[in-house]
Amino acid sequence: MSGPNTDYDPVEVTPLKAEEVEAARDAALKAIDAATSLEELKQTRLDHAGDRSPLALANREIGALPPAARKDAGQRVGKARGAVNQALAARQKVLEAEHEARMLVEETVDVTLPTDRVPAGGRHPLTTGAEYIADIFVAMGWEVAEGPLIEAEWLNFDALNLGPDHPARTMQDTFWTEPAENHVVLRTHTSPVQARTMLTREAPIYVVCPGRVFRTDEYDATHSPMFHQVEGLAIDEGISMANLKGTLDHFATQMFGEGIVTRFRPSYFPFTEPSAEVDLTCFVCRGAQVVDAGDGQMITCRTCKGEGWIEWGGCGIVNPRVLVACGVDPEKYSGFAFGMGIDRTLMFRTGLSDLRTLFEGDVRLTTAFGSEL
Amino acid sequence: MKAPLSWIKEYVDLPAELGIEEITDRLTALGLKLEAIETSGAGIEGPLVVGQVLTQEPEPQKNGKVINWCTVDVGDANGTGEPQGIVCGAHNFKPGDKVVVILPGGVLPGNFQISARKTYGHMSAGMICSARELGLGEEADGIIVLPADAPAPGTDAREALGLGEEVIEFEINPDRAYALSMRGIARDAALGFDVPFHDPAQRDVPLANAEGYPVRIDDEAGCDYFVARTVTGFDPTAPTPEFIKKRLEQVGVRSISLGVDVTNYVMFELGHPIHAYDKAKLAGPIVVRRAHEGEKLTTLDDTVRELDPEDLVVCDDTGPIGMGGVMGGASTEISKTTTDVLIEVAHWDPRSMFRTGRRHKLTSEAGKRNERGVDPLLPPIAADRVVELLVEHGGGVAEPGVTEVGPGASLETRKPPTTITIPISLPTRIIGIELDDETVVKSLELIGARVKVEDGTLTATVPTYRPDLNDPYDLVEEVARIVGYDKVPSVLPRRATGGGLTRAQQLRRRIGRALAGAGLVEVVDFPFVGEADFDRLGLSADDVLRRTVKLANPLNSEEPGYATTLLPGLLKVAARNISRGQDGVSLFETATVAFPVDQAAPIYGVDRRPSAEEMEKLLAAIPRQPLHLAVVLAGERTRGGWWGAAETASWSDAIDVVRRLGAELGVPVEVASASRAPWHPGRCAVVSIDGVEFGHAGELHPNVCKAFGLPARSAAVEIDLDHLISKVPATAAGPVFSTMPVAKEDVALTVSVDVTVAAVEAALREGAGELLETVRLFDVYEGDQVGEGKKSLAFALRFRAPDRTLKAEETAAAREAAVAKAAELTGAVQR
Ligand SMILES: [Zn+2]
Repeated sequence: MSGPNTDYDPVEVTPLKAEEVEAARDAALKAIDAATSLEELKQTRLDHAGDRSPLALANREIGALPPAARKDAGQRVGKARGAVNQALAARQKVLEAEHEARMLVEETVDVTLPTDRVPAGGRHPLTTGAEYIADIFVAMGWEVAEGPLIEAEWLNFDALNLGPDHPARTMQDTFWTEPAENHVVLRTHTSPVQARTMLTREAPIYVVCPGRVFRTDEYDATHSPMFHQVEGLAIDEGISMANLKGTLDHFATQMFGEGIVTRFRPSYFPFTEPSAEVDLTCFVCRGAQVVDAGDGQMITCRTCKGEGWIEWGGCGIVNPRVLVACGVDPEKYSGFAFGMGIDRTLMFRTGLSDLRTLFEGDVRLTTAFGSEL
Repeated sequence: MKAPLSWIKEYVDLPAELGIEEITDRLTALGLKLEAIETSGAGIEGPLVVGQVLTQEPEPQKNGKVINWCTVDVGDANGTGEPQGIVCGAHNFKPGDKVVVILPGGVLPGNFQISARKTYGHMSAGMICSARELGLGEEADGIIVLPADAPAPGTDAREALGLGEEVIEFEINPDRAYALSMRGIARDAALGFDVPFHDPAQRDVPLANAEGYPVRIDDEAGCDYFVARTVTGFDPTAPTPEFIKKRLEQVGVRSISLGVDVTNYVMFELGHPIHAYDKAKLAGPIVVRRAHEGEKLTTLDDTVRELDPEDLVVCDDTGPIGMGGVMGGASTEISKTTTDVLIEVAHWDPRSMFRTGRRHKLTSEAGKRNERGVDPLLPPIAADRVVELLVEHGGGVAEPGVTEVGPGASLETRKPPTTITIPISLPTRIIGIELDDETVVKSLELIGARVKVEDGTLTATVPTYRPDLNDPYDLVEEVARIVGYDKVPSVLPRRATGGGLTRAQQLRRRIGRALAGAGLVEVVDFPFVGEADFDRLGLSADDVLRRTVKLANPLNSEEPGYATTLLPGLLKVAARNISRGQDGVSLFETATVAFPVDQAAPIYGVDRRPSAEEMEKLLAAIPRQPLHLAVVLAGERTRGGWWGAAETASWSDAIDVVRRLGAELGVPVEVASASRAPWHPGRCAVVSIDGVEFGHAGELHPNVCKAFGLPARSAAVEIDLDHLISKVPATAAGPVFSTMPVAKEDVALTVSVDVTVAAVEAALREGAGELLETVRLFDVYEGDQVGEGKKSLAFALRFRAPDRTLKAEETAAAREAAVAKAAELTGAVQR
C-alpha cells in the first residue's frame, strides 16, 4: 500500500476504483443484512465500517490522489460509507428490538409462586363487628359511649332500677370483687354506660355503647363468662316506642340487609317500661320459614325452626325511675334503650356455631376475616 | 310454666274454632311467651286399647327375675275376640284389672315397633304399657292400672288416658306472677280474645269466727294476712283423684299424697301457695314472727337450716315449724297417718320471701310466687277450695272454725288497692300510636282495673291480682300489649347531631389497623389470672402486678384475679397456636387491665341524681383500668420460601412494633434499656414519651418461654395504650423541607461495647448541627479488627441546607464536628 506522499496515478490506486468501492459497499451491506445478533452486527461494524475496513482504507487513499481526482473519489467513497452506516444503524435498531423482546420472554417468571413472606395480620371479628355496628349509629348522628368493665355496683344495678332485692338481680349472675362491702362488680351488662351518660351529659342524648360484659356462666358452645353487648340509648323530647322500632328496623336492615326487620313482644326488664323482646326476621329464610333443600324441595328453616323470626335482644322505654336516679327530668324527656349480644349477632352474620371459637385466639379465626368485617 | 289447654279453657269461653296456635300466638303477643306445646301421647300409633287381665301366672326365671304370663281380654281389637297372650315384667296388677295394651302393629314413642315375638318361652303378642313407655311421665313403678269404671276391653285407650291433650309451656316474665296460675293465664286469654272469663276465685267462703285454730301475727310487715282452716277425719290413704294426678303431672309436679296434691293443685289453679300441717303434731297456737338469733329448723327437704333474724317463721310452742311462705318444716309435715289437717294460706312480704329464698338458696314453687307477689285477697278463697277438695276426695269433715288474722283480714285495715293516675294522652305519647280515650280505658278495664277519666286525667284502680302495677308507665305497658306491640309503627327519631367518633376512638381503630397491616393477628381473651401465671412470668414476690382486683366468686379458683397484665393470657394463646401447628405467630390484644384502689363504692338512693361530690366519691372507688396493648412474636416472623430462609422473631421486632406505632400516630417514642420481668434482662427496652415510661418491649426471658411452652427467643410487648393515645398531638405541624441537593457522608466510629447506638447517634446529631438532615446506623461490627470490648458503628449522615447547595468544605466541617462531639461524649474514635 502506498503512503500519501507517493505520487501515482489515481487509475493505479486500486481501492479507489469505482468497482472496488461498490464491491466493498455491497459486501458490507450483505454482511449487515446477514447479521442476526447484536454481537454479529458488532463484528460486521468492525469489519466493514471500522478503521481497518476496506472503505475506511479507501478513504484514507483519497488524500494521495491528485486534487482533480479527489472530489470524485471522495464522493464515491463517502456515499458508500454513508450507505453502510445507515444500514448499520437500521440493522442495529432491528436487532435491538429483537433482543429486547427476547429478553422479556427470557425473564418470564411463574407469578403463581408464593409471595407471603410476611404472614397476613388481621383484626378480631368482635372488634370489627363492634365497629360495624357503631358506624351504623354514628352515621345517624349518634355517638359511641364507653365505660369501665369493673364498675360500681350502684351504677350496674341500683341506678338502673335493679334494687338490692329486685328479683331480676338474681337473673344476672354477677362476678363480685372482694371485699363485697366495696360494692364493685364486673359489669353484667353495658347499661351502666347508659347511666354514666345520663349522669354526665345533658339531653338530648343519642349514644350507642358496645362493650365487654361478664356473667358467671359456665363456658360452653353458647355461653361464656365474658361476652359482648351493644346497647343504645336515646333521650329526647317526645321519644316513643315507634322511634325505638324505627331505629331497630334501621339497625337490622343495615346489619343484615334489605327486608330484615324487627318484631316486638312484651317482656320485662327493670330498666325499661314498657319492655319488649326484639325478634329479627330470620336472615336465612328471610321470614319465609322454609328454605330450599338444594334440590328445589322446600324444607323447614333450621335457623329459626320454621318461625321466620329469631330472638335478637331486648328493648323498651327507659323507666322514669331510671331517669330520676340519673338526673333526667321525666316530665320533659322520655327515652328508649335496647341491647343485643354482639357475639350472637356476629354468629348470625358469619354462621359460626361455637362461641368459644371467638375467645380461644386461634389465628385461623381472625385471619379468615381479614381486617374488616 | 306448663298449663294444659283444657284446664285454661275451664275458666274462659274460648271459641271452639280457635286452634292452639292462634291461642298461643295471642298469649305470646300479650307477654306470655310460648316455649313449647306438648301433646301427650305423641309418637303412639296403631292399636292402643283397654285390656282386662284374665289370668296372671308368675314364672320365675333363671336370672332371678319373675315374669308374668298373662292372658288379657282385648275385646275384638285383635280381630279374633280370643284372649291375648302377653308376657309382662311388672307386678302391680292382678286378674280383673283394666290395663292399657298395645297390640302388634302398634308403635310406641321413640319409634318402638310392637310385634308378636317369642320371649321367655311364650309367644307374647303385644305389651301391657307403663306410663313411661307411653311417654306420659317418668313414673315406672309398674304398668298403668286404669280405674274399674274405665271403658270395656277392646275400646281405644287414648281417651281414657287423656292422650292428645295439649300442654302449653310458657316463659313467664318475673313481673307477671299472676300468670303462674291457670286463673291468670285464662284471664289474659279472655282479654286477648275479648270473651267471658269465669274467675275460679269467685266463690263464697265462710266468714271468719273465733272457733278457728289460734293464730297470732307478731310481724305484720312480714305477714299481713293469715288464714287457717281445719279438716278432720281425713283418710290419709285416700287416692288422689285421676284428674288432679293427671293435671299435676302435666304441669310437672309429682303426685305425692292426696293432702299434698290438693295444695299443689289449688296453687296452680289460683296462684296462691298453700301449706298443710299435720294438726296432731302442732303444739299450741301458731305465731308468725321473725326468727331469733341461733334458731334452727329442719325443713321439708330434711335440711337443717340456721335461721337468720330476718327470716319469717311460723312457730308453735316448740319453736319454728316452718319458714313462712318459703318452705314448711319436717316436724309438722303431713304423712301417711295424718287424719287432721290444718291448712295455712298467708300473704307474705315479697321482699322477705326473696331474701330468705336467696339466703338459704331455696327455690320452690311457693317461694317463686310469694316473692313475686300474689293476689292479697286470695287466702280465704284458696283455703276454702283446699278444704272443699280434701273433704270431697279424702272423706274428711270441714271444721266450722275459720281463722283470719292480720290487717289483710278486714276491709278497714287492709291496704287499699293501688291507684295510678296518668294523663290519658300518656299511652299515645309513649307508645307512638294515636289512641283514642276509649281504647285506653277499655284496655285497662280488660285487665280488671276500675277506670275514671276526668279532664284528660285517667285514674285506674288496679285489680288485686296485679301487684306488679304501680307506676304510670306500667299502665302504658298494659295498654301497649293489649293494643298490640305489632301495631307500633316504625318511625326513626329526629336526626341526632353527634360529633362522630372521638379522637381516641378513631386512634384505637387506627392502631388496630396498623398492627394488622404489620402482620399481627388480634385475639380476644379472658382477663382472669392467678398466682401461677405470675410465677410463670417470673415476677418477684412483691411485684406490683401481683396486686390484682380479686373476684369473690371466680369461675376457676386458680384464677381469682382480674388481669394487671395481658401477657399471661396472650402467651398462652400463642402457645396454643404453636401447639396447633403454626410455625410462628404474631399476636396482639388490646384490653383494659385493672389496678385496685381499696376504696368502697357507696350505694346511693335512686330518688334523685347523686351530687357531683357523691359521683366523684363513687368514681374514685372504681379500680383504675388503663387500656393496654400486648404483643407476642413467637417463632417464625417471616416465612421461608423460594426467596430465602424464614426469619425468627426477635427482640428488635418487638421494639419495632412500638416504634412503628409511634410513627403511625406521630409520637416520637424513646427507647432505653431496662430490666423487667418477664423480659430477658439484657434484651428488654423501656419505652417512653417525653420521658414518661409507658411500657416494655423485647425478648422474653428464656425461663418464661419454657414455662409457657413458647419457642426460644419469643418476644413480647406490653404498653399503656391510653398513655400513647393521650400523647398524640391534636394537630401535626406540617414539615418544612429543602429541595436543595443532598450531601452524603459516612462515618465509622469505634466505641466501647457498652456505649449505646442511641448515645452515639445523639452525639452525632448534636455535633453536626442544623445542616444534618438524617443520621442512620447502617452497620455494626465487633471483632478482631476493632479489638476486645469495642465495636465499630457505621453511620450514614445526610446533610442539606435550606437555601443553597452545600460546599464540600461545609459538609466536611459539619461531619468533623459531629465526630468530635461523638468522641467527646461517647469516647468514639473515628476509624
Ligand atoms: Zn328461618
